[in-house]
Amino acid sequence: MSDPATEAIVLEDVHKRYGEKRALDGLDLTVRRGTVHGVLGPNGAGKTTAVRVMATLLRPDAGRVRVAGCDVRTQAQRVRHRIGLLGQHAAVDEELSGRQNLDMFGRLHHLGARGAAARADELLDRFGLGDTGRKAVKQYSGGMRRRLDLAASLVTDPEVLFLDEPTTGLDPRGRTEVWNAVRSLVGGGTTVLLTTQYLEEADQLADRISVIDSGRVVADGTADELKARTGGDRIDVVLHDAARLDAAAGMLRTAAAAEVVVDADRRLISAPVTDRMAALHRVVRALEDAAIAAEDVALRRPTLDEVFLRLTDDGNRADDRAEAAV
Amino acid sequence: MSTTFTWAFTDSWTMTRRELAHWARQPVQIVVGLAFPVMLLLMFGFLIGGGAGVEGDYREYLVPGMFALTMAFGLDATMVAVTQDLEKGVIDRFRSMPMFDGAVLVGRAAADMLQSALSLAVLIGVGLAVGWRWHGSFAAFLGAVGLLLLFRFAMLWLGIHLAMVAGKPELVMAVQILVWPIGFLSNAFATPESMPGWLGATVEWNPMSATATAVRDLFGNEGGVTSASWAYEHAQLLAVLWPLLLIGVFFPLAVRRFTRLSR
Repeated sequence: MSDPATEAIVLEDVHKRYGEKRALDGLDLTVRRGTVHGVLGPNGAGKTTAVRVMATLLRPDAGRVRVAGCDVRTQAQRVRHRIGLLGQHAAVDEELSGRQNLDMFGRLHHLGARGAAARADELLDRFGLGDTGRKAVKQYSGGMRRRLDLAASLVTDPEVLFLDEPTTGLDPRGRTEVWNAVRSLVGGGTTVLLTTQYLEEADQLADRISVIDSGRVVADGTADELKARTGGDRIDVVLHDAARLDAAAGMLRTAAAAEVVVDADRRLISAPVTDRMAALHRVVRALEDAAIAAEDVALRRPTLDEVFLRLTDDGNRADDRAEAAV
Repeated sequence: MSTTFTWAFTDSWTMTRRELAHWARQPVQIVVGLAFPVMLLLMFGFLIGGGAGVEGDYREYLVPGMFALTMAFGLDATMVAVTQDLEKGVIDRFRSMPMFDGAVLVGRAAADMLQSALSLAVLIGVGLAVGWRWHGSFAAFLGAVGLLLLFRFAMLWLGIHLAMVAGKPELVMAVQILVWPIGFLSNAFATPESMPGWLGATVEWNPMSATATAVRDLFGNEGGVTSASWAYEHAQLLAVLWPLLLIGVFFPLAVRRFTRLSR
């Protein structure tokens, strides 16, 4: 059984379908209080559907969903008192100013006219929007709009904050702004659930990550645990001459005794290794013996991208097998 | 329970303030909205008027019809506003907040009714300026205004429902175009007697015709009618019953549709 004292979000076997499409297909998820949890997945994996279910915007067809200790179906209003939501599209009134927006949301959270006005000023200052005056939100830059949106999600200091792809469509500067704002929140004890397609984002912000694909979790753990699951370290060799790629790949396959990935454009070959330094020696020696000139030879940890592609790929293959069996 | 009740009011008021803030930011849109029926009134009163089968002063006949038509065209304004609102992400935020479920609709209703009342006031002013007069008592005048706003209120809920059913702006456009023939298939501009029999009968039973006829009665304006039908004789009754029927059907449908957006 889940413990509401330590768990901010619990999803058990949640299903949601749109016609024939299964958006959520037995999703299980547990998020500990006070942590940042990343939900990582490709487009159409069910990330947004999951967030909309947790934020009471969408009713699940089946399964149990508890947020901040309350059931989203039977205690929706209670959940709404305890959450903040930053959706993919700016959920602010574009015709109004930032202050008018925050004042309105404060009133709707029943802070009263004065409370709402004071909270609006406080949040505008905190997110560096204090000098935007009467300017309508539609005249804001993308980064400013996102910060206002984030401020709007924080009007009542939510226990649980949902961030659905918070940096999609932002330039690098806007992305950094949002990341910094999220980091500053985490210290305050808020639980954050973050969905993203960007592995770097999950790596940067999340304590734990759930990788989802086709509406269910295919892997979860810390970023390091997920990286370790794809076979630990890798060795990369960048060749001087693209013509030698095939020969080098054959050599590496023997030296590393593993499957080799070839990236012809970058003249790069790569393989997983278990015995780090010994493998490095073997590869360098083999390259010399075969007289293949290398520009770079390096040992490295796998990137989350590799983990991600591998995990979601495996999922797809499993699906294909299941379909073939039918 | 009493707090829930209070919130229903405060939240609805907050949503109404939101609409008023939109007006304050876009005064031009408001002015254009008010000018459009005035333009129609002047166009029909001076440009086209006279040949509509009305005996006596055409403007006496036309002006109350224009009031009713303006209320009917409110349907269009409501639909556009609702679809635009539903397209916006801000609705998601409202729905994820612990606010009164109906506040968004109440805010829409309050703003639209206010806009229509304003529009009606302007139109009455312009009517008086072009020579239209009411001849009845002040109570009858208020009764006429009340019937017009009741009809507008019915159009409001019909509009909210249709906008949510249509969903997309393209479909709303199609419904908008239909408002025109429905508005013109009434006795706003011409008497049913001047039309072929089947058309005249359709026109007489149009809810908007009932309101227009009842309002003409209350204002003491000439109806220009030679043969009286049941619908004509009972226009005041119909001008109350039609809107109540429409509200009775579309208010619950619209509210249900809105609260079920999430399913």
